[in-house]
Amino acid sequence: MSALEMPLLNVEGINKSFGRQQACREVSLELWPGEVLGIVGESGSGKSTLLKILAGRLPADSGFIHYRSTEEGIVELLGANEAQRRRLMRREWGFVQQHARDGLRMGFSAGANIGEPMMALGQRDYGHLRNIAKDWLRAVEIPEERLDDAPRTFSGGMQQRLQIARNLVTHPRIVLMDEPTGGLDVSVQARLLDLLRRLVHEHNVAVILVTHDLGVARLLADRLMVMRRGQVVEAGLTDQLLDDPQHAYTQLLVSSVLGV
Amino acid sequence: MRMIDVQALHKTFTLHLRGGAVLPVLRNMDLAVQAGECVVLQGPSGAGKSTLLRAVYGNYRPQSGRVLLRHDGGMVDIVTANPRQVIDIRRRSLGYVTQFLRVIPRVPTLDIVAEPLLARGAALPRARERAAELLERLRIPRKLWDLPPATFSGGEQQRINIARGFCAEFPILLLDEPTASLDQDNRRIVIGLIDEARKRGSAIVAIVHDAETRTAIATRLAPMPALEAAA
Repeated sequence: MSALEMPLLNVEGINKSFGRQQACREVSLELWPGEVLGIVGESGSGKSTLLKILAGRLPADSGFIHYRSTEEGIVELLGANEAQRRRLMRREWGFVQQHARDGLRMGFSAGANIGEPMMALGQRDYGHLRNIAKDWLRAVEIPEERLDDAPRTFSGGMQQRLQIARNLVTHPRIVLMDEPTGGLDVSVQARLLDLLRRLVHEHNVAVILVTHDLGVARLLADRLMVMRRGQVVEAGLTDQLLDDPQHAYTQLLVSSVLGV
Repeated sequence: MRMIDVQALHKTFTLHLRGGAVLPVLRNMDLAVQAGECVVLQGPSGAGKSTLLRAVYGNYRPQSGRVLLRHDGGMVDIVTANPRQVIDIRRRSLGYVTQFLRVIPRVPTLDIVAEPLLARGAALPRARERAAELLERLRIPRKLWDLPPATFSGGEQQRINIARGFCAEFPILLLDEPTASLDQDNRRIVIGLIDEARKRGSAIVAIVHDAETRTAIATRLAPMPALEAAA
């Protein structure tokens, strides 16, 4: 099998409890290069907990996360040492938070927000960093002259686009996204969605997208997983799942929204 | 050459929100279609014609039976194919045209039409050229090509969707009322496109309600009797 015919990520049997509350129960998934996997469900379904575990921001009680790294081969992330895990995340992964302020350095300039992940990978040429930052501002449709402005002077949509640039600048292989269009106006959402769709395709990045918005899932995701009370109740091709839902809970979700 | 081979297909819908009511739609359905054939499904409303097309497209999941499609020189069962295989079959072998365009915010008309051919591996200039040719033929005014079709009329959106469906010249084409609500001139243009695709060797399954289109495109009719409600 060539590298393209193997999953990037192989997650098996993740469990996580908060006291007596079980947030993830035997969750397994695969993620393949260049695909968008949507995880949908209502609040409290465990989808955000799962994402935090995958990102290494929350420990799991049990399970395995096998990641096929470009440089280090297959690494089991839950058992990896902290230094290796952080190195891999920095070089090969991105994380787009729901609230841009959690994923940006609000006191730094826009340019520094894009340049910082590159510096962390050893890029030191200031002029070069500045040019890359300009290219990325353009790619996410922020006027170049805002390069030296701090993101707190940006609109919500611009902040979110800046966060996406900060995450893609290192050309990661996997980007995790937690409700990336969550707090935005509908018109601003549409622009962000189109931009995400295009960038994900151009950079051939694999995405795990957590969302409660089935319209967003329909537009961006190749495959979907439906979670409820910590468990995956149904998984499959996006249009199969939304047009011919089999599980009672998926039918309820689909019937509760208009026109997806 | 056999392109589609539906064998003993059963499809029911279980409505969990309606107390688990079961609606049988397809029972023991068989259908074989050869390259260069255009089979028009015939039957009353509710006979399951659209359901059959959706099952062949891999959009609906049947309870049992097989849907073999020619792909990569062999026959692949789309019912048991994994999601990545279904995506690959749709990208390279299988097209599905309805009268409804799913608009993507901000994407211009020309790119929407060219996209399936690009996904099949064509170069951008070639895909745009073919898209332009189809838009021209379907009489979408050139000044609209660079605009996203969200605000276009229903008829324009429908014709854009048809252009998109025919752009990639898929070996297997499923058509769900492609000419519904088109005026006579536009309907004849679409009939021309269907006929050309068939003569190129595409295997086509279509649902059409007007007699003129049916007579013009069908090489064979496949009757689908209504199922007795068994629930």
